[in-house]
Amino acid sequence: MSTSLDTIESAVKQEYKYGFVSDLDADSIAPGLNEDVIRLISAKKNEPSFMLEWRLRSYRHWLTMTEPRWPKVSYPPIDYQSIIYYSAPKPKKVLNSLDEVDPELLRTFDKLGISLGEQKRLTGVAVDAVMDSVSVATTFKKDLAKHGVIFCSFTEAVRDHPELIEKYLGSVVPYTDNFFATLNSAVFSDGSFCYIPKGVRCPMELSTYFRINAANTGQFERTLIVAEPGSYVSYLEGCTAPMRDENQLHAAVVELVAMEDAQIKYSTVQNWYPGDKDGRGGIFNFVTKRGKCAGARSKISWTQVETGSAITWKYPSVLLQGDDSQGEFYSVALTNNCQQADTGTKMVHIGRNTRSTIVSKGISAGRGQNSYRGQVKILKGAVGARNFSQCDSLLIGDQCGAHTFPYIEAKNTTAQIEHEATTSKIGEDQIFYCNQRGISKQDAVNMIVNGFCKEVFRELPMEFAVEAQKLLGVSLEGSVG
Amino acid sequence: MTTQPILEIKDLVAGVEGREILKGISLTVNPGEVHAVMGPNGSGKSTLAAILAGREGYDIRSGTATFHGKDLLDLDPEVRAREGLFLAFQYPIEIPGVNSTYFLRAAVNEVRKHKGLPEFDAVDFLAVVKEKIKLLELDEALLKRPVNAGFSGGEKKRNEIFQMAMLEPSLAILDETDSGLDIDALRIVAEGINRLKSPTNAQLVITHYQRLLNYVVPDFVHVLMGGRIVRSGGRELALELEEKGYDWLAKLEAVAA
Repeated sequence: MSTSLDTIESAVKQEYKYGFVSDLDADSIAPGLNEDVIRLISAKKNEPSFMLEWRLRSYRHWLTMTEPRWPKVSYPPIDYQSIIYYSAPKPKKVLNSLDEVDPELLRTFDKLGISLGEQKRLTGVAVDAVMDSVSVATTFKKDLAKHGVIFCSFTEAVRDHPELIEKYLGSVVPYTDNFFATLNSAVFSDGSFCYIPKGVRCPMELSTYFRINAANTGQFERTLIVAEPGSYVSYLEGCTAPMRDENQLHAAVVELVAMEDAQIKYSTVQNWYPGDKDGRGGIFNFVTKRGKCAGARSKISWTQVETGSAITWKYPSVLLQGDDSQGEFYSVALTNNCQQADTGTKMVHIGRNTRSTIVSKGISAGRGQNSYRGQVKILKGAVGARNFSQCDSLLIGDQCGAHTFPYIEAKNTTAQIEHEATTSKIGEDQIFYCNQRGISKQDAVNMIVNGFCKEVFRELPMEFAVEAQKLLGVSLEGSVG
Repeated sequence: MTTQPILEIKDLVAGVEGREILKGISLTVNPGEVHAVMGPNGSGKSTLAAILAGREGYDIRSGTATFHGKDLLDLDPEVRAREGLFLAFQYPIEIPGVNSTYFLRAAVNEVRKHKGLPEFDAVDFLAVVKEKIKLLELDEALLKRPVNAGFSGGEKKRNEIFQMAMLEPSLAILDETDSGLDIDALRIVAEGINRLKSPTNAQLVITHYQRLLNYVVPDFVHVLMGGRIVRSGGRELALELEEKGYDWLAKLEAVAA
C-alpha cells in the first residue's frame, strides 16, 4: 500500500508498543494453558478486574467444549498445551539492507507493487528518518481526535475506555459462541478498537496496515468496532504482503456494532503464509467475525479477499436486528496447491424488512479444496425479509475441488430468498483464444479470474482493489500449464 | 528483388493421438497473395489452421514451417500472434467476465510491445476502435460486453474480422469464416477482409464453399483431401469444384494412384 493513501496507521498503538517493550521484562512464559497463564496475561496488560473475570469465565467454559470437526478441512490435531499464550513483544530483528532478505520474498513484494521503502519496513530493515511513521501517525491522530473518533489498540481501549469495552465486548460474539471464539475470549492478545461517535462520518479509511510492523500481535486477535447512530466507518484489515508467523493457529474474533442509521464497511485482504507446495507449515486461520445491525436502517458490509493460509475457516456474519437493516457479504476465496478453505457467511434476519446480499466467488487451483458454507436464517418475526445469494466456483486444472453447502431456514412466509450458483472451468479453448491474440497463458488466467471476481473487487476501497488483483495474479502463478 | 515469403510450409506431416492427419503439406504464401484451401470434411483443413496457430495436442512428425523466415513451429502461440499471425476462429470462444474492449487493448498492446511500438492508453485505443468498428458495421455496444458473450453467430464472425483489423497481422488464417453467415453478414465480412488486404500482408482462406471466394477472390486455390494437397490452381479451380463436387477430384486421384 502506498503511503499516499489516506489511511491511518495505528501508530498510536505503535507508540504504545514501544513503551510496552521497555516497561516489561522481555520474556515469554512456558507453553501451556491454565488459569495462572490467564491471570498473567491480564496482569501484564494491567487490565481492570472485569476483564480478568471475563477471561476466566471464558476459559472455564472452554474446558467444557469439544473442538468442532464438521468443516470440510482436514488438519493434524492442535496441541493447545504446546502454544505459548503470552510473550512480550520482541523488537523485530533489524537488518541493514534488503540484501539480507530472502530474495524470494523480495520478488513477491515486487510483483505486488510494494515500494522499496515499504519493503524495508516490512522486513525489518532499518528505516530512514524520512519514513518515520510516528510523525505520520501524529498528524492522523489529531485529525481523528478532532472528530471524536477513537482508534487504538484493544489493550489500550481496555485501559482508557473500559466502560465501552465492558458494554460491547461479547455483545455480538458471546464468550460461549464457539470453541475458538471462547479460547480467544480467554487468551486474546491484542487487536483494534474503534468507536465512531454519533453522526460522524470517519474522515479516512482506518487501516491496520502499519500494525504488521509492530511486534507480534499474536494469534488471538480481538477487534471491536462500535458505530453510534448515523455514523460511518470503512475499516481495512490485512495486507497483500505474505505474512509469516511462527504461530500456526490464528483464532481471531471481530465484533461490529452498528446502531440506527450507522454503516460499517469492513474489508479484508488476507495473504497469510499458505505453507509450501505440499501444504506444510501454513497458517490455520480460524476466525469468528460477526456484525450486529442493532439499530434501524443500519448497514454492515463484509468484503474479503482470501488468498493465503493453509486453512481458512471463517463465516463473517450479520445479525439483522434493526428494522430495514442491511447485511452484505462479498468474498473471493482462492485455494491453490494444498490450501483448504471452508468459508462463507450467516445472515440472520430478525427485524422487519431486512435485506441481505451474498456474493461468493471461490477459485480452486492446484489441489486446493474450496467450500462455501452459507446460512440464510429468517426468524419467525422477520416480516418482509429479502435475501439474494450468488456463489460461483471457478476450477483451474483437474486436481482441485469446489463444494457448496447452502443452508436456508425460513420461518416467515413473507420471506423472499434467491440463490444462484455456477461452477465453471477455465477452458483450454479460452486460454488458446487469448494466446492466439498475443496474450500469454498466465495473463489470460489472470484476466479471466479477475473478470470472475469483478463484482467483489468493485466493493473494495480502490487501492485495496488494485492490490487484490495483483495478489490474485501472484497467488495463481504456475497454476496453469 | 525477391521478397521473402510470409509463410513457407515444406512436407509437413502431423497428427494427433497416433493418427496421421496431414500427410506431407507444402505451401508457400507470398506478400499480397490470397490463398484458398478447400476440401471435404475431415480432409485436415482445420488441423492445418490449428497447427499453424500453435494449438497444443498435435504432434509434428516431420517437415517445416517458417514465418517471415523464422521457425514457426518452435514458437509459442502468443509469440506467433505477436509476430503477426492471426487466426479467425471457426467457433469463436466466449470469455465471460472479461470485457471485450479491455481484452482487445491487451492484445493490441502485446503486439505493439513486441514490435517496439508505444502501447495505447485507454483513450487513444478507443479512438482507433471507433474508426475501425465502422468497417464491420458492428455496434459499439457489443464491445462493452464480455468477449463474444451474447453475440450472435454472425456477430462473432464479424468480431473476428474486427479484431483482425485492430491487430493488423501479416498473415490472416480465416478458418471457415463463412460458415453460419447469412448473405448480408457474408458481404460485410468479405468487404472487411478485402479492405484489410495490402501488398505486404496475405490471407489463407479455409473454406468448403465457393461462396466467400466470390467476394474474397483468391490468387491460388489448393484442394486438401485425405491430408494432402491433391491439386492447386487459380480461382477457376474453385468454380470447377463448385460445379463438379469433391468427388470428381477424388475419382481423378484414385485413378492416378
